Amino acid sequence: MSGKNTVQQPGAGAKTGLHISRRAFLGAGLAVGGGLLLTLRFAEKASADDATIAAYIKIAPDGIVTLTAKNPEIGQGMKTTLPMLIADELDVEWKNVRVEQAMLDPIYGAQFAGGSLGTPLNWIPMQRVGAAGREMLIGAAASTWGVPRAQCEASKGVVRHRPSGRTLTYGALASKAASLSAPDLDSVALKKPEQYTIIGKFTGGIDSPSVLEGEPLFGIDTRLPGMSYAVYEKSPVFGSRAVRANIGEIKALPGIRDAFILHATERDAAVRMGLVDGVAIIADKWWDAQKALQKLRVEWEPRSVKGQSTPAFEREAARLAGDAPQSVIRRDGDFHAAIARAAKVVEASYSYPFLAHATLEPMNCTAHVKADGSVEIWAPTQNPGPGAKLVARTLGIDAGRIRVHMTRVGGGFGRRLNNDYMVEAAMIARHAGRPVKLLWNRPQDIQHDSYRPAGFHRFKAGLDASGRPIAFRDHFITFGQSGQVASSAGLPRNHFPAGYVPSLEFVQSLIQLDMPTGPMRNPGGNALAFAFESFIDELAHAGGRDPLELRLALYGPPRVLPAPPRQFGMTIPPFDTGRARGVLELVADKSGWARRSALPAGTGMGLAFYYSHFGYVAEVVKASVKPDGTPQVHKIWAAVDIGRQIINPAGAYNQAQGAILDGLGQALHLNITVQDGRVVQSNLNTYRLLRIDEAPPVEVHFLRSDNDPTGLGEPALPPVLPALCNALYIATGKRIRSLPIDPRLLRST
Amino acid sequence: MRFSILVNGTRRTVEEEADTPLLWVLRDDLHLVGTKFGCGIAACGACTVHLNGVPARACVTPISAVGDAPIVTIEGIGESDWGRKVKAAWLELDVMQCGYCQAGQVMTATALLTKNPRPTDADIDEAMRGNICRCATYTRIRAAIKRAAGLPTADTREQRP
Repeated sequence: MSGKNTVQQPGAGAKTGLHISRRAFLGAGLAVGGGLLLTLRFAEKASADDATIAAYIKIAPDGIVTLTAKNPEIGQGMKTTLPMLIADELDVEWKNVRVEQAMLDPIYGAQFAGGSLGTPLNWIPMQRVGAAGREMLIGAAASTWGVPRAQCEASKGVVRHRPSGRTLTYGALASKAASLSAPDLDSVALKKPEQYTIIGKFTGGIDSPSVLEGEPLFGIDTRLPGMSYAVYEKSPVFGSRAVRANIGEIKALPGIRDAFILHATERDAAVRMGLVDGVAIIADKWWDAQKALQKLRVEWEPRSVKGQSTPAFEREAARLAGDAPQSVIRRDGDFHAAIARAAKVVEASYSYPFLAHATLEPMNCTAHVKADGSVEIWAPTQNPGPGAKLVARTLGIDAGRIRVHMTRVGGGFGRRLNNDYMVEAAMIARHAGRPVKLLWNRPQDIQHDSYRPAGFHRFKAGLDASGRPIAFRDHFITFGQSGQVASSAGLPRNHFPAGYVPSLEFVQSLIQLDMPTGPMRNPGGNALAFAFESFIDELAHAGGRDPLELRLALYGPPRVLPAPPRQFGMTIPPFDTGRARGVLELVADKSGWARRSALPAGTGMGLAFYYSHFGYVAEVVKASVKPDGTPQVHKIWAAVDIGRQIINPAGAYNQAQGAILDGLGQALHLNITVQDGRVVQSNLNTYRLLRIDEAPPVEVHFLRSDNDPTGLGEPALPPVLPALCNALYIATGKRIRSLPIDPRLLRST
Repeated sequence: MRFSILVNGTRRTVEEEADTPLLWVLRDDLHLVGTKFGCGIAACGACTVHLNGVPARACVTPISAVGDAPIVTIEGIGESDWGRKVKAAWLELDVMQCGYCQAGQVMTATALLTKNPRPTDADIDEAMRGNICRCATYTRIRAAIKRAAGLPTADTREQRP
């Protein structure tokens, strides 16, 4: 899967691309208190009128360097990674670097955490900022000494004049450098990889010590003078109107300051993750508000929930799968003619459930609507820009009057690309006339998510006599609203094996869905990989071919396919079959794939490959089952190609291992079901996240191909799901075609 | 009601309802926000503190049940020898991603090592399975516990299934 699905993140739209297509200009000035303030300006042209300037580097006279991290930190490590890029080129020591989280501000361009885009969008621009700073400091030293700048070099925050051995620290040079004009960013020379001093080094998270001191970093930790606390109760049936509530009784409860009903201001707010109807309770302490919920009685306007249940979805999917599809996504060759001449035909139906994100920090936001109408917000959000716009629209104010502080985020996974909690906090705070911290309880969090969409696939494929697929069809039954595919519920037209099987059809039918869906870590891929890579495995076995060898044969000889069209001003890297081959062969080598027949009976190895977010990942799972059918994962191997440079190995291995275990948890346990328009699960006892005793060893290998580095928050997740199911097939002879895995299907009979 | 509790070695007095969970006393009355709210039903471990040296879920521990039991939170755990070692190992191995669960992880890991300074993988599973890490940093949590204990950190479980 490529381009289309990976960059269509909310908020990653037009502005994201601007970072690449716009030119960047550098400016310099004196920092408050002395020293260099190096600024980066993104502009279409170097005119003064659109001169929006962002401060990225501050060098104090004592040599302490403060770097700005522009994107939210959600655990993906960007608050550490982006400053590492600047610091290395600037030639300062990491121990002298301090990092400040930026506010939401148009001067930074797009500020978001999504699509694994932090690295590809910022890899070059951040290095250039650092390199330009270094050039200016060298220039300042050369002019101080009256020597040619070519005789000067920088290292560890010190400029040295080679012939004389004289040195000046950055701290001493900073004010002088600030008076120099900044070099052209496009022409600054960047280091060669062998010159890196920080990039590629194991670098701990910049905020980790503070987290372990219990310092207030997360959104939930926000505290303002005079602040109240709030809860907001919404209808369990998505988007129902609040008719009335026992407001008087609630207001009389101890510690309660106020209670009131809020109404949605926009149509379809429930599926669009805007403000929906609910009852706000404001208290001096959050626990008082939470306790009052037990006494709250709300009359919700009944709305039709016909067909809005998991069993009804399943029945509808089965019915639609047997009918003609509603639309065609892609059609190559002549599927029906090809299937008619196939030596073997394979058919299978796959399905997977809705999922909740269940970030461990529940949704929360602190807001203050001031007397002058301006708004200040402290939000754990992945996507503050659209959040501010949503608040502006809902409150009817100018977005320029909203200031958003990006707090540390206790887990994103795509949930916080939506900003429903932000607009709730702002509306409640406006009503309260004082700062309010809104905090959802866990049932509210699980039952008011933007869910990973469920889906159903009716596959049919034909093999030739050699076992190679010559015909492939997927009738994808997905969800939508009024004939439009729901958020993150689409099948990209270039999804594998499209392009590799001459006669292929991707067709689609929609089930009406009245609840919100949205991106979840590796949107599309987290579901589609399971279905497609499991079915490819079925085809390999049906055709008597090694699943590794069949994949290598399908991708064919190493070559770079035609580049997809530019999207949002971004160049989308072309797919390189050689990189796919590279990780497949590497994971086979590391896992001992060729020797798998020597494994004891009842133990199997499964393999899968997935391309997403510009990353190439192949994984092998070794697994068996207990007598009761419970899967036992012995070990997972991953081979990952995200380019030539791992910027921070500390974060990279952690992201890959975590993503793989995240996927494993989805395969084993995670399941959101719907009954009469409401989500059944309500807490972490019934929505069962993976625990440490279920986490097997995960061995990750990076393949350093000569390509620009790309992101790693998402690409390692999808392959583990099909790799596990493919391993269980070898171990038990039973094929898992529905998630989560039902151990009863794997029991020895 | 007025309650007097001993938190990280300091006597604190709070005015609270008897059924208010210790979690909200720590977070909203005493502004010790390192202890986190995750589920409210003792299912995730984000709110783990030590009560009399034993891990307890602050989200389901009413303030009235605390009595004279000394409470230690993430803000105070570094005062103990094991707490200091665990935190150091956590930073050395860069365990955390989002970090939201990690205070609870560190509290449970410290209690484990205090009781059992050379835990096996099975001991780690048993002690730590109540603490969810949504980022699934379990590989490094396991390694960091072993590092704090001075044990080899390589994951050798596959060799002895």
